[in-house]
Amino acid sequence: MQTYLRPAIVLTLAFILLTGIAYPLAVTGVAQLAFPAQANGSLIRNGDVVIGSALIGQQFTADKYFWPRPSVAGTGYDAAASSGSNLGPTSAKLAARVKSDLERIQSAGAVPGDGATASGSGLDPHISPQFAALQITRVAKARGISESDVDAIVDRFTEGRLFGIVGEPRVNVLLLNMALDAHKTG
Amino acid sequence: MTITGWLQIGLLFLIVAALVKPLGLYMASVFSGERSLLAPVFGPVERGFYAAAGIRPDEEQGWLAYTLSMLAFSMAGFAALYTILRLQFYLPLNAQGFAGMSPDLAFNTAASFVTNTNWQSYGGETTLSNFSQMAGLTVQNLVSAATGIAIAMALTRAFARSSARTVGNFWVDLTRSTLYVLLPLSILVALAFAAMGLPQTLDASVSATTLDGAQQTIAIGPIASQEAIKQLGTNGGGFLNANAAHPFENPTALSNYLNIVSMLAISAALVYAFGQMVGDRRQGWTFLAVTALFLLVGTGVIYWAESAGNPILSALGVDPALGNMEGKEVRFGQAMSAAYAAVTTGLSDGGVNGMHGSFTGLGGLVPMFLIQLGEVLPGGVGSGLYGMIVFAILAVFVAGLMVGRTPELLGKKIEGREMKYAMLAVLILPLAILGFAAISSMLPIAVASVGTSGPHGLSEILYAFTSAAGNNGSAFGGLSANTPWYNTTLGIAMLLGRFAYAVPVLAMAGSIAAKPRAAATAGTFPTTTPLFAGLLSGIILIMGGLQFFPALSLGPIVEHFAMLAGQTF
Repeated sequence: MQTYLRPAIVLTLAFILLTGIAYPLAVTGVAQLAFPAQANGSLIRNGDVVIGSALIGQQFTADKYFWPRPSVAGTGYDAAASSGSNLGPTSAKLAARVKSDLERIQSAGAVPGDGATASGSGLDPHISPQFAALQITRVAKARGISESDVDAIVDRFTEGRLFGIVGEPRVNVLLLNMALDAHKTG
Repeated sequence: MTITGWLQIGLLFLIVAALVKPLGLYMASVFSGERSLLAPVFGPVERGFYAAAGIRPDEEQGWLAYTLSMLAFSMAGFAALYTILRLQFYLPLNAQGFAGMSPDLAFNTAASFVTNTNWQSYGGETTLSNFSQMAGLTVQNLVSAATGIAIAMALTRAFARSSARTVGNFWVDLTRSTLYVLLPLSILVALAFAAMGLPQTLDASVSATTLDGAQQTIAIGPIASQEAIKQLGTNGGGFLNANAAHPFENPTALSNYLNIVSMLAISAALVYAFGQMVGDRRQGWTFLAVTALFLLVGTGVIYWAESAGNPILSALGVDPALGNMEGKEVRFGQAMSAAYAAVTTGLSDGGVNGMHGSFTGLGGLVPMFLIQLGEVLPGGVGSGLYGMIVFAILAVFVAGLMVGRTPELLGKKIEGREMKYAMLAVLILPLAILGFAAISSMLPIAVASVGTSGPHGLSEILYAFTSAAGNNGSAFGGLSANTPWYNTTLGIAMLLGRFAYAVPVLAMAGSIAAKPRAAATAGTFPTTTPLFAGLLSGIILIMGGLQFFPALSLGPIVEHFAMLAGQTF
């Protein structure tokens, strides 16, 4: 019995020290030195105040802001409780939720797929360029600036595919709304 | 579906294909006992481990001693992890003051990580301290994968040797696969992830005041280091509840590529290493060709089904042009969500970048079916390779019956004893999946956990036991699985799927090692031809998949037609 127990117990403890303590600590040390911004959560600050993370979506409901996708993380964009709805395609709850979101968006035509559905994380920082385009009129009106100004800012924050192939076209909602707030009229 | 989408998928598989040979050759050299390039760094650690544990590295074990060592090590790991999870309140790095897990949840989680399943009945950021994540989960992420590699190496040596009594030394295989393969690659990938935006800090959260004036608490932690081994070890258990859909586990299209490549590369390269070690590289490539076929078809079907969108939502006024976006992230879109779903289930990874439970009927059927095929495409690190060899043994046996010759694989005669072990192994999956799912579908306390009623509810239960027994870990997340019933039964299913499979495989390794290796003759059925690849694919479909078809018809297939008919539940 001892033939098996001693190596089992000793190696378990040794691996806890090596892979459970030394490995994450060493990576933390190097990452904090080499990539401090990313390693601490890609935070965006305004002076001393943390506004959020460039990678994590936020809730926006005011007309002057671009709205993100519906979120079911906590009460919406709760970055301490990421979650998708996990509702199946034939779920009545899903259909009811999508219906109420469509009513909130008030679009004359069909709403782009991302605009009325919840993301898997509940923290999707992006919307599709199509869903952004749908909101330009509302945002321009609420801010009293021209649609072409808003359109130009959306264009600036539309990210394309890497090397033209990898990834999907997208707009980071937080960065876009920050740029709108910084935009001087006239 | 778009051409760009297919280009993304094609490029991804090309990158993996390019890594197979160099990584495979490297691993073959590590497990042949050759001196590794990394020996100056990890050699002293390796010798220190052996000395402390009283292991004599040049002393080989027979299959029984090898199996007992593997079981003893897994039990010790289970005990250590269970203890950490129960006692986390009293352990360091618990900024949120999380309580210890309940007994059933700790049993489920310990079983889950020791068996390389990484099913998660809990949400990471709402349940676990940074210490539990690191010293508990990260450790098992590494060593459960190393255990899988060790078992695969024992079976590989059984084919490579002629009339041998031993199959290697478990402790050495375990230590070497950790020190020379998994850990160094984890360090590289973790740093790459950190550069791409995955947090790597000992802090647990940041408070933000959003642009709109609300408060947002953002969970962070040592995520990059865990994400790296989560993928390299085909574990799949996320640091955060939303797994690789969460922007902190998978922020960009590039990190998504690295996620998928990391999970596929080692498993695929091990198949190459097998070919190299048994002296027949074409055998490795034949297995890989079968794998690639299934993965590409699987990806294609998911991509097609999800791109079509959900007609129920389209009728309400949702534009189907972007496909079914419920549970998916904008930055990945349909093509990369489909590829991730197929790879994570063809492998026994189980991480997700989109929620499988919100896929359409057919889009959700494919991941479930890929797990049910036995996790051999190319399967979990190590476990996929030995699963594939089990199917290959069944295939040569069937071929032998058809032509009336004694079946052989790589010069080893396959006889009654090997067939019994192979069948014991493959029967455990349907037993655990269908048995537990059938009981759960009839038990009121189990049915109460279902999130979406109707056929989707059956799919949720079926998927849970499929994922557990297949040691996958992904879920149709609508099922509230954190109940004593599911925690216990899923935990048992995971242990059966791992150990009731691995023990017969190791017994088979002992029996095959003892046989003389015969030279191929004109009468030998070649196992590296397209004909054999076709036969093997058929055996995987029939032996692995067919018994699940009645259950699948009642779940995802009925759901597909209900969705087309616009019926909700």
